[in-house]
Amino acid sequence: MLMETHKRHLLGWALFTPAAILLIAFTHYPTIATFINSLFSNSSIIRPSRFIGVEGYQDLFDDPVFWKVFSNNIWLALGTIPTSIGLAIIMALIVNKAVPGRSFLRIAYFTPTMLPMIAVANIWLFFYAPEIGMLDQVLGLFGIDSHNWLGNPSTVLPAIIVMTIWKEAGFFMIFYLAGLQTISPELAEAAELEGSSRWNFFWRVQYPLLLPTTLFVLINAFLNSFKLVDHLFVLTKGGPDNASNLILYYIYETAFSFLDISYASALTVFLLLLLAVTALAQFYFVDKRVHYR
Amino acid sequence: MKRHFQKKLSISYSLELIGAYLLAALWILPLLYAFWAAFHTKEYAIHFELFAPLTLDNFREALSQAPFLRYGFNTFMVLAFLLPLQLLVSTLAAYAFARFNFIGSNIAFSLVLVQLMITPEILIVQNYGTLTSIGMVDTIAGIGLPYIASAFCIFLLRQTFKSIPKELEDAAQLEGCGTMGILWRVYVPLAMPTYLAFSLVSVSHHWNNFLWPLIVTNSVETRPLTVGLGIFGAPESGVDWSLISAATLMSVAPLLIAFLLFQRQFVQSFMQAGIK
Repeated sequence: MLMETHKRHLLGWALFTPAAILLIAFTHYPTIATFINSLFSNSSIIRPSRFIGVEGYQDLFDDPVFWKVFSNNIWLALGTIPTSIGLAIIMALIVNKAVPGRSFLRIAYFTPTMLPMIAVANIWLFFYAPEIGMLDQVLGLFGIDSHNWLGNPSTVLPAIIVMTIWKEAGFFMIFYLAGLQTISPELAEAAELEGSSRWNFFWRVQYPLLLPTTLFVLINAFLNSFKLVDHLFVLTKGGPDNASNLILYYIYETAFSFLDISYASALTVFLLLLLAVTALAQFYFVDKRVHYR
Repeated sequence: MKRHFQKKLSISYSLELIGAYLLAALWILPLLYAFWAAFHTKEYAIHFELFAPLTLDNFREALSQAPFLRYGFNTFMVLAFLLPLQLLVSTLAAYAFARFNFIGSNIAFSLVLVQLMITPEILIVQNYGTLTSIGMVDTIAGIGLPYIASAFCIFLLRQTFKSIPKELEDAAQLEGCGTMGILWRVYVPLAMPTYLAFSLVSVSHHWNNFLWPLIVTNSVETRPLTVGLGIFGAPESGVDWSLISAATLMSVAPLLIAFLLFQRQFVQSFMQAGIK
C-alpha cells in the first residue's frame, strides 16, 4: 500500500514534469528575472551592470511618457469595454432568437474576431486616411471638412477605440450567447403569460441572470486590453507624440529600439502588478458570485 | 397562435430586425471594402462604381513583392509544431491533476494558473533573452516554444477528465490497461470535444499572433503571415489600398474560409472554452 502511494506521487510528478519545465522556463523564471533586472542598471562594454535598487521605479514615476501610455491604456479600456459589452448583449439577444437569417447575422457579428489585429489595422487605415479615406468621403457628403484622424493627438485614441469595439464586440457576444442559453425558456413563457414587455423582461430577468457573465467579460476584457498593441505597428507607431502609445508597445520600444532592458523590466513589473491586482479582484468577485447564486 | 403570429408581424419586431441587419451590415462593411479594393484597380479603390472592371493584378503584384506563400507555409509550420505538443504536454499534466492526488499538486496547479494571467506576450523582453541564450531566435520552434505549456489547455482538460466517471477507469483496469493505457483508451477519446474546442481556439489565436513572432523572426524562412503582412503594410511601399487589401485578404483567407465552412464548430468551441 505504501508502495502504491509512492508510485502515485512519483507518477503524478512525472506526468506533470514536461509542462512544469516549460512553465518555469517561460513564465515563472522570466517573471522573477524581470523583477531582478529592474533592480540593476544596463551593462555596457565600458560599465558593468550595477545594483540601482528602486531607482528604475523612480525614473518610471518621473517619466511623463509612462504616465501618458498608462492613461492611454485606461482610456482605451474605458472607451472600449462598456460599449463592446452593450453591443455584445444586443447581438446575443438577436442571435439567440429564431430570427430569419440567423446564421448570417452570427457570422457577420463574429467575423472580426477571426481577423488578426494587423489585418484589421490595414483595413481601418484606409477608413481613417485623410480626404480619400472612407470616413472623410462619407462626412464630405454632409459638408464636413476632412480630418487627419490618426495624425491628430485628440482624435487618434477615439479612432482606435472605435476600431477596437468593432473587433471585440462579436467576441464578447459568444459569452452572452452561452449565458443566455443557461436561462430556462420557462421564464420567457411565464413573462409572456404575465404580459410583461420585452424591455421589462430583459431588465428584470435576463440582465440580472447575465450579471456573472458580465463580471467575467469585464475582467477578462480589462486584462486583454493591455495585450492589444499589434495595430499600433501599422496605424500610428504610438504617435503622434505618444498620443496612441500603450504600455506593452512602450515596453517593446524601450527594449528593442532603445535597448534599455533595465527600464523595460521596470515597466514590465508595473504591468505584471497591474494584472495581478485585476486577477485578484476576479477571485474576489468569483467568490461573491457563488454566494449570489 | 393567432396572437403570436400578429405579434411577429408587429412594427416593433420589424424595426428590431432592421436594426439587427443594419448592425450586421456595419460589421461586415470593412471586410467587404477590402474585397472591393483587392479586386479592383487602384483608381476604383477610392471611388465606387458598381460596374468597375474586376482584376486579379493586385494579388499577382502582392505575391511578387513579398513571399506570402512562404509566410503562409511558415504559419502552418508553427501550428504543426505547436498544437500537437500543446495537446500532448497538457494531456499528461491534466491527467496528473485530475487523477493523481500527488504531493504538492494543489500548489503546482495554482502555479500553472499563474500563466492565465501572465501570458507570454507580457514577458517578451525576458523570453527573448532566454531564446537568444539557447540559440533559438529566428526559428519556427522558437515562435511556438513559450506557448507549448498552456495553462488554459491544462485547465480545460483537467475539468473534462474530472467529469469522466471513475468506474470507466476501474473497468479498463480490470481489462488489463496500465496507467497510460487508461489515459489513451478512456480519457483521451472521451475528451475529444474538449480537444477540438481548444484546437480551434488555439489555431485562431496563433494564426493571428503578431508581437512575439515579430520579435523572434528576422528572415523570410521563419516569418509568419501576420509579420509578413505587418512589414508589407509599412507606408514606405507607397499607399496603394488595392495592393494592401489584396495582401490582407490573402493573409486572412485560410482561417476565414475555415471559419465560414465550420462556423458552428468555431462558435461552439469559443463558447465551450469560455464557459469553463
